[in-house]
Amino acid sequence: MEWDVLIAIFPSVVVDGLVLGFVYAMIALGYTMVYGVLQMINFAHSEIFVTGAFVGAEILLIMQAGGTLGALHPLALLAVIVLVAMLVSAVLAVAVERIAYRPLRGAPRLIPLISAIGVSFFLQDAIRLVESLWRNAFYLTYPVVEFFDLRIAIAGDIDVPIKSILVVVASLLMLVVLTLFVNRTRLGTAIRAVAEDQAAAGLMGINVGRMISLTFLIGGAMGGAAGALFGVQFGTINPYTGFIPGIKAFTAAVLGGIGNVPGAMVGGLVLGMLETLAASYMSLLTGGAFGAEYKDIFAFSVLILILMFRPRGLLGEVVREKL
Amino acid sequence: MRDALAVGLLSGAVAVYLALVGVVEQLHGRLVLAEPVRLSLGQVALFLAGLVGAMAVARRAAAGSPAAAVLAGALAGVSAGAVLSMLVLAGPALNVRAMFVNASPPLFDLITLGRGPGGVPAILALWGALGAAAGAAARLPAGARRPLAWGAAAVLLLSIFQELAQLILQAGERTAVVADLLFTSDSPTPGAAAVVFVATVALNALWRARGEGFRRRTETIPPAARRVLRMAGPALAVVAALLLPAVGGAFISQVLVIVGLYTLMGLGLNLEVGFAGLLDLGFVAFFAIGAYTVGLLTSVGSLGIAQMSFWAALPVAVIVALVAGVVLGIPVLGIRGDYLAIATLGFGEIVRLLVLSDFLRPWLGGSQGLLDIPKPVFGGVELVGPEHLFYVTLAFSALVAYVAWRLQDSRLGRVWMAIREDEDVAEALGVDLVSAKLLAYGLGAAFAGVGGAIFAVMLGSVFPHSFQLLISINVLALIIVGGLGSLPGVIVGALALVGLPELLREFGEFRFLVYGALLVVMMLLRPEGLWPAAEQRRELREHVEATEPALEAAAAPPTAGEPTGG
Repeated sequence: MEWDVLIAIFPSVVVDGLVLGFVYAMIALGYTMVYGVLQMINFAHSEIFVTGAFVGAEILLIMQAGGTLGALHPLALLAVIVLVAMLVSAVLAVAVERIAYRPLRGAPRLIPLISAIGVSFFLQDAIRLVESLWRNAFYLTYPVVEFFDLRIAIAGDIDVPIKSILVVVASLLMLVVLTLFVNRTRLGTAIRAVAEDQAAAGLMGINVGRMISLTFLIGGAMGGAAGALFGVQFGTINPYTGFIPGIKAFTAAVLGGIGNVPGAMVGGLVLGMLETLAASYMSLLTGGAFGAEYKDIFAFSVLILILMFRPRGLLGEVVREKL
Repeated sequence: MRDALAVGLLSGAVAVYLALVGVVEQLHGRLVLAEPVRLSLGQVALFLAGLVGAMAVARRAAAGSPAAAVLAGALAGVSAGAVLSMLVLAGPALNVRAMFVNASPPLFDLITLGRGPGGVPAILALWGALGAAAGAAARLPAGARRPLAWGAAAVLLLSIFQELAQLILQAGERTAVVADLLFTSDSPTPGAAAVVFVATVALNALWRARGEGFRRRTETIPPAARRVLRMAGPALAVVAALLLPAVGGAFISQVLVIVGLYTLMGLGLNLEVGFAGLLDLGFVAFFAIGAYTVGLLTSVGSLGIAQMSFWAALPVAVIVALVAGVVLGIPVLGIRGDYLAIATLGFGEIVRLLVLSDFLRPWLGGSQGLLDIPKPVFGGVELVGPEHLFYVTLAFSALVAYVAWRLQDSRLGRVWMAIREDEDVAEALGVDLVSAKLLAYGLGAAFAGVGGAIFAVMLGSVFPHSFQLLISINVLALIIVGGLGSLPGVIVGALALVGLPELLREFGEFRFLVYGALLVVMMLLRPEGLWPAAEQRRELREHVEATEPALEAAAAPPTAGEPTGG
């Protein structure tokens, strides 16, 4: 009887896993690209992500207050919030790099790490401060857009909300564009060159500082888009929302082989899927001894095992190029 | 001149922004001066936005004559004032309030100094004068400008911390007299402000003029006397520390106990990160293990298992933490650098989630935690309040600091430093990496265990919620802010990073904002820490002087390598 349940919910579990996986993948890109060029864990990236989520919420809430929420087609609405969130987060990420990381280039590695932690605290409370002064609350809920919650059948009598499909499609689109950009354009090549060898890239006439800024720009944009999509999917956000997805996304980046762009995507998907499967099935499979609340323990255990036995990550050796 | 106009408009926009998001009104409640003019911190914030702009403009116009600088400053001031005036004039008409809750009549009153829309010419004149003053100030020689700036900053600090200062001073009878001299009920007294301003300016100017000579003279003191002098500082500090709870009362003692706990953890983490170079972000786990061990052993509640006394449970907690450090150290032996940080972070979270889980709830109480932990009894006296616990913390911090100090130059300490500098070379020279690393993890964990034990009796209960990742991050930040690998640095760092947010409670929701910004500024201006260890300072100096930092960074390979052992 239990097996019937397992099989019956499987398709929707897969969709949930994909949604989570794509969100992780998009955040993981920011970590992995910055790590690729600077060998630094950008602790503030989770706040870049949250900023995107707040920008999305603000746009929708302001439109709702103005009564214009229904005027735009929901798809256009999604495009608008994702694009604006990308823009704001990207600018913020570049500004953070300029102010808090660039002057520390060449210092021992712990120094920028602490600076990043400082930025993270600062941004968390800056968001909280602005929101509590502006709305008198810093827990925001995305307004309901009915179209997003419509359910469509994907297999037999299993249906999922449209927003899940949209999140997956939108992330897929952006990941494809990013991959093409990194691999097919001159700028992408320049970023990869900087990641490979900063000094040599500089000698070849590549403006290293500008490429690092560009890396933060792209990572920030991806993080912002992930934030807006996260908000649409899960609804409620607060300034501290970013922490857990941030840690998970970093885990995903390590899982895929840090510094490796396709690796971050694969890592994100694998982690999102594993986590959702664990959350849905652990309780059933262990007869209720371990419930869904163990999914984080599960995720961290995977992380430690990977670091112990395959520190280069899943794709670290297959794909030799680094970024 | 176009520059001045642009900067002025920009700083005006910044002022409007500050006003509209509510920062100004929030700060308006705090008065800098009540007499002869009523000036609130909110107004100061507005003026500062304009002043900084005018100052920058005047600096840029430095090539021209002093008159040009003053003129540029004035122009910047007037244009900033104009932007603000526009807000005042347009605000009520356009019903800005519908969008910005903070655009209230009191805000406009505050900007126009209570004169209403008719006050616009007055605003322009005032801002112009301020700008001109800023322009003039920018042209003053540094010898005069710096002391004046310090003086103004001191008065501002006096008013920002007035509530806290009053709280502390009013606690004692004699100090209450001082409080009445310094403060009225809502602001510093004009006399106090003037005295603080003049004294700061004078001291600063004096130091500027005489500091170099003073320093040179101390160098001529005979070595024996100098040694006495050098001991005088720490001796004074110890005496002051012993007296502090009696003088400062419960609040200060409570803060100091927390500083002490962070010092204990910092000393432990310093063994791992500062000495052995093992970056650990899950350190709070050992603090938790110490706390839970003491909780289980001493609690008289339903989950207590032994009802032991604190003093009997403490050694057990230390040993359990030590063993936990070694056990958790084994799987991460072969992991290096940033990967190690993430792996340990994972361990820290796993420990917290396990404690929180249903699985262990029958033993550890889940999110309810362990309750009814009795206070320690020493010589028949129950150590109840923070004033008492302060001495316990101080004694153990001193003991642990002594152990760390003796370890630093021991054979083991040198082995750790060899690992920190280059793991592969150290191994090639015959260092037993496994035992050295495990000792670092174990001893570091044991130190944190002491802190956890005291933490458990301080609260009288233990909850998983107290052991967030934030604690690990704070401990790491404090040893870096203090100066990595430096023992006095740990104490200074703990004081700065724990004491500061406590003092910054004044800022309410601004607290971690300021704290985060200060962390960044600290890293930018003084990356070697407040009290750096000698070699750390040397290394960082070399880095600053290195001509090609980019080349160096590129030459150092990423530390993530293949596992070498374990």
